[in-house]
Amino acid sequence: MSVEGIGARVARKEDKRFITGQGRYVDDMSVPGMKHAAFVRSPHAHARVGAINAEAARAMPGVVAVLTGAEMAADGIGNLICGWMIHSKDGSPMNMGAWPALASETVRFVGQAVAVVIAETKSQARDAAEAVEVEWEELPAVSDVLGAIAEGAPQIHPEAPGNLIYDWEIGTKDEVEKAFGEAAHVTRMDLTNNRLIPNAMEPRAALARYDAADDHFTLWTTSQNPHTARLVLSAFYNVAPEHKLRVVAPDVGGGFGSKIYIYPEEITCLWAAKKTGVPVKWTGDRSEAFLTDAHGRDHVTVAEMAFDANNRITAFKIDTIANFGAYMSLFSSAVPTYLYATLLSGQYDIPLIHCNVRAVYTNTAPVDAYRGAGRPEATFVVERMMETAARELSVSPAELRRTNFIREFPHQTPVIMLYDAGDYEASLNAALEASDYAGFAARKAEAQRRGRLRGIGISCYIEACGIAPSKAVGSLGAGVGLWESAEVRVNPVGTIEVLTGSHSHGQGHETTFAQLVASRLGVPLDNIAIVHGDTDSVQFGMGTYGSRSGAVGMSAISRAIDKVEAKAKKIAAHLLEASEGDIEIADGEVRVAGTDKKLGWHEVCLAAYTGHNLPDGMEPGLKEGAFYDPANFTFPAGAYVCEVEIDPETGHTDIVQFVAADDFGRIINPMIVEGQVHGGIAQGIGQALLEGCVYDEGGQLITATYNDYAMPRAHDLPSFRVSTTETICPSNPLGIKGCGEAGAIGSPPAVINAITDAIGNNDLSMPATPEKVWRALHAAGGGLREAAE
Amino acid sequence: MVTVSMTVNGRQVSKEVEDRRLLVDFLREDLGLTGTHVGCDTSQCGACVVHLDGKAVKSCTMLAAQADGASVKTIEGLADGAELHPLQAAFKEHHGLQCGFCTPGMIMSGADIIARHGSDLDEATVRLELEGNICRCTGYHNIVKAILAAAGEMGGGMKQAAE
Amino acid sequence: MYSLSYRRASSVEEARRLFKEASDAAYLAGGHTLLPAMKQRLAAHDVLVDLGAIADMKGIGVSGDGLTIGGGVTHAEVAGSQEVKGAIPSLAALAGSIGDAQVRHRGTLGGSIANNDPAADYPAAALALAATIRTDGREIAADDFFTALYETALEEGEIVTGVSFRIPETAGYAKFRNPASRYPMAGVFVARHKDGTVRVAVTGAGNEGVFRWSEAEQALSGNFAAEALAGLSVDPDMMMGDIHGSPEYRANLVAVMARRALGSLGSAEAII
Ligand SMILES: Cc1cc2nc3c(=O)[nH]c(=O)nc-3n(C[C@H](O)[C@H](O)[C@H](O)COP(=O)(O)OP(=O)(O)OC[C@H]3O[C@@H](n4cnc5c(N)ncnc54)[C@H](O)[C@@H]3O)c2cc1C
Ligand code: FES
Ligand code: FES
Repeated sequence: MSVEGIGARVARKEDKRFITGQGRYVDDMSVPGMKHAAFVRSPHAHARVGAINAEAARAMPGVVAVLTGAEMAADGIGNLICGWMIHSKDGSPMNMGAWPALASETVRFVGQAVAVVIAETKSQARDAAEAVEVEWEELPAVSDVLGAIAEGAPQIHPEAPGNLIYDWEIGTKDEVEKAFGEAAHVTRMDLTNNRLIPNAMEPRAALARYDAADDHFTLWTTSQNPHTARLVLSAFYNVAPEHKLRVVAPDVGGGFGSKIYIYPEEITCLWAAKKTGVPVKWTGDRSEAFLTDAHGRDHVTVAEMAFDANNRITAFKIDTIANFGAYMSLFSSAVPTYLYATLLSGQYDIPLIHCNVRAVYTNTAPVDAYRGAGRPEATFVVERMMETAARELSVSPAELRRTNFIREFPHQTPVIMLYDAGDYEASLNAALEASDYAGFAARKAEAQRRGRLRGIGISCYIEACGIAPSKAVGSLGAGVGLWESAEVRVNPVGTIEVLTGSHSHGQGHETTFAQLVASRLGVPLDNIAIVHGDTDSVQFGMGTYGSRSGAVGMSAISRAIDKVEAKAKKIAAHLLEASEGDIEIADGEVRVAGTDKKLGWHEVCLAAYTGHNLPDGMEPGLKEGAFYDPANFTFPAGAYVCEVEIDPETGHTDIVQFVAADDFGRIINPMIVEGQVHGGIAQGIGQALLEGCVYDEGGQLITATYNDYAMPRAHDLPSFRVSTTETICPSNPLGIKGCGEAGAIGSPPAVINAITDAIGNNDLSMPATPEKVWRALHAAGGGLREAAE
Repeated sequence: MVTVSMTVNGRQVSKEVEDRRLLVDFLREDLGLTGTHVGCDTSQCGACVVHLDGKAVKSCTMLAAQADGASVKTIEGLADGAELHPLQAAFKEHHGLQCGFCTPGMIMSGADIIARHGSDLDEATVRLELEGNICRCTGYHNIVKAILAAAGEMGGGMKQAAE
Repeated sequence: MYSLSYRRASSVEEARRLFKEASDAAYLAGGHTLLPAMKQRLAAHDVLVDLGAIADMKGIGVSGDGLTIGGGVTHAEVAGSQEVKGAIPSLAALAGSIGDAQVRHRGTLGGSIANNDPAADYPAAALALAATIRTDGREIAADDFFTALYETALEEGEIVTGVSFRIPETAGYAKFRNPASRYPMAGVFVARHKDGTVRVAVTGAGNEGVFRWSEAEQALSGNFAAEALAGLSVDPDMMMGDIHGSPEYRANLVAVMARRALGSLGSAEAII
């Protein structure tokens, strides 16, 4: 391992601008003549939009324009779409309701925009937005899935009778039923996966400019995937053709999925910039983020697992209802299907699985992928079931898992996925050892003397990342391919620019991607720049989500480097009069192996550009591109062990130890990987203990600020003990599996397994608030007295 | 409109602004100091933390007019020329930031914590003291580590200097 | 935030005058309750009269059996004050447990008392320490001051210039924080005064705001220790309920925090 290359713990190149306050986020930008947008939003969860009277607003100081949905529709701006087609089990396509960026007829969730005010200042825009009068005709609303599919529920979209978007299944129902008939033991659970609000710390923002002379638009936006944004804005929303639209995602303050999607505000700003002839900026505030960012999770599930007499799983059946909110967001349909049901085999050899998923509209904010997307929901189901089954079967939770681990690879699960490599026993062993699992009983006894209830819980997760082979996702309904592109541009002096379609919003690509190049071409990190986030500079790209930037994005870079390397070797061989096969590139030199014949890297680069002495027929220059389409998903996996102490009098949970042992394949920068795991675990603990989005029955958001939505703070969390085991991923050239989501996927069941272990009551939903834990403890009886004694 | 004058990062500034102008907007929009961020509208996230007369405050929860006559330090004014403040260096060394959005507030709060507690900081204290700063990316692990490392490095000198 | 005019007062009299001249003025102290509400456009005032520069509202002093703290003193100043720590350590502990460090640097005693948020910390101390609220025109006993949720005995334009706390023989404070807002979901301040009387005040939990828990006071008069509270509980019907805690749960917390407050007597660190 070199000090800068693959595997090195290099401090991040991008940090300096952030720690000195020089980061450039969208809201930090301004362009001459820029005005500010404020949206008029629905206070109702479901209402017909009547007349909109903007006279008073238009007359207010600083107001440039008030624009409505009717005008937008008249200008031919298209509806928002979901880009992944799912068919119900009866073969019918999903029922997608129309979602205009500015509603002109019906609003279906609190916060949905109906008009926009453009004014000189943000305050003036807000003042005027409040003065816009909208005649609302309130309609009955429903906010929870069970209510939405009940007889007589309010009908949300005409396109979706009974509010059902699709009724989908995977697996073999009859065989599963048969196996249940023969089971020695069946474990059954009702599980909910609580709804979350992503809360990237930078609120969404958009700045749109239209240059009439060139008929050209520029959009600076908080996006995880600027190219996809441009594609969708052009192809579906008719805002501008692609070659007339530049999308820039500069520094972006976290995404976690919520900044994948193209939202009404971006569309509106672009359209309004042309309509009013002035650049338009909108910066959401946190309250708008709560109301309008795509939320995550929100599943209601019944799961049953069948075991034979040897405690081996024989079949697994799952019935899930997923809340999609009021509209189908960009990737929403794929989340509870191909990102969820396909992972229900977990790390286990389960011969038969059947999963049914119903997707349902409600009068709440749209729901889409949030860190982990589908896989945390699957892991929660599988790992709560395993822990519960172990308790019912009176075997140790670790033992039951070992009994059922997949041990041979590749392994075909009954739910599409072909696991390529892994060693689940290794990560479980590492986690058990690091957590001193064996010493738990003594710690529990010691805690008991202090009047505290101590519990321990395991979770063994698997996820499918790096999404994915384009052909595969295409056959499953995806509207786009999921490859990645890269261009490696070597300058005449030997410095290098890498243009990537991945986007960094905290992941540290400017460092890790450069480490790859440094390793391969022997160039110092300082001589390498990573360019991303601008459709004008980067060819095309699919962006960053689904832990795909390492496995897919870096693989694309690696392929481009292959080509650069090959050409550089040809040039060097020619100049050094050696055979191409003998040339090696390392430490800033290009040499003939086993001799002292060599050239500086910069000399070869210069030669490529002077073109004075190149092999016959070779084009000058040293710049290569690649589009990499992965051969398979990647399958990061690992084992987490959480240890908690409960205050029996208040139900308060302290996480006293959290251990993670992950297998991410090859690691480029351990420090950055650890950081990803820390952040993911914090979000997972947040889901398990603190965070829960609550709407009231009428669809008003109760958890609409940090006063009610509990974000994890520093003192809610311990320092984490993370480590890795390694099986190289055979499906991509670098052996990388991906690490961005693991923490959020693996941790919630570990926490709940630990708490339920501590309190002796398995009936506990997330978030496990102090009151819920206290009640569960009382329902279990004795916990309190036991601890006090 | 009111005229507000204050010292920002050692520089005397004076501007006429709306009475309702928040200090954070004054810094970001009137002075172009966009290192101070806005992450919430309920005074809880701490992305906007600056030092007002040497103390950490949330600049989103003050009118610019209230800071008239005061001395304000923002993230842009923390380094000593080209030399990073030890806390800035520690955030980099210990990977205390990912997306960087909470970072200016974290660093300004961290400096305040170290100034008040000196080098006898422990992990539990740092975690409690970070109550007013939310980070969604790092899980706080490396932020806490960076603050402890900087406190150790800065020794007791800082505490004295602050007194 | 709606449009407004800002006025800085340099004396209590000037503040009164500026307040009177406006049609819908509000005093601005630390601003950590008022400004968040105004930013979200939940409150609007045409004039904000800043009390921050009034020197008379700043001091901390002990005289006889009383500890007087100016209305403009910040939570951080109370928490760090040697005088407060010496006279009533648990009051310093309470102040040091409010919100977060940045909030404590700005928020003031006067603002907290005047606002009477049902989840605020100070009102519990004011009741348990038999405080006298000093205004620009009169003195009001804490028992008469907190009248209803967000309501006090203050008249329009009246200014809390300071609060005199009776220095107890011993006192303690314990609270359980709301996981989201981190305000107390139940905070209990217990004090035994030098004349032998016991006061127990509860914040964060009651559906009518801060209140004295008289059963606990009686139980503790004989034996000022946690075991005297065994079996005692508040009526859940008098407790608040929300997504963070039902009335029954809050009633439980009140009993638990009361016992813990008795375990923290004389400590300058709050039990949280
Ligand atoms: C993130 C956050 C967390 C918090 N956590 C807590 C907590 O845990 N516990 C807690 O108790 N509080 C908490 N607070 C509230 C904080 O303590 C406030 O500062 C305090 O309640 C109000 O004091 P202030 O000086 O900021 O008052 P302001 O906000 O300036 O004023 C509040 C109200 O009182 C009036 N007023 C102010 N001063 C006077 C005066 N001298 N005389 C008459 N009227 C006056 C104002 O007109 C206004 O109506 C928190 C606040 C925030 C932002
Ligand atoms: S922006 Fe100031 S606390 Fe969130
Ligand atoms: S680094 Fe992204 S919020 Fe803290």
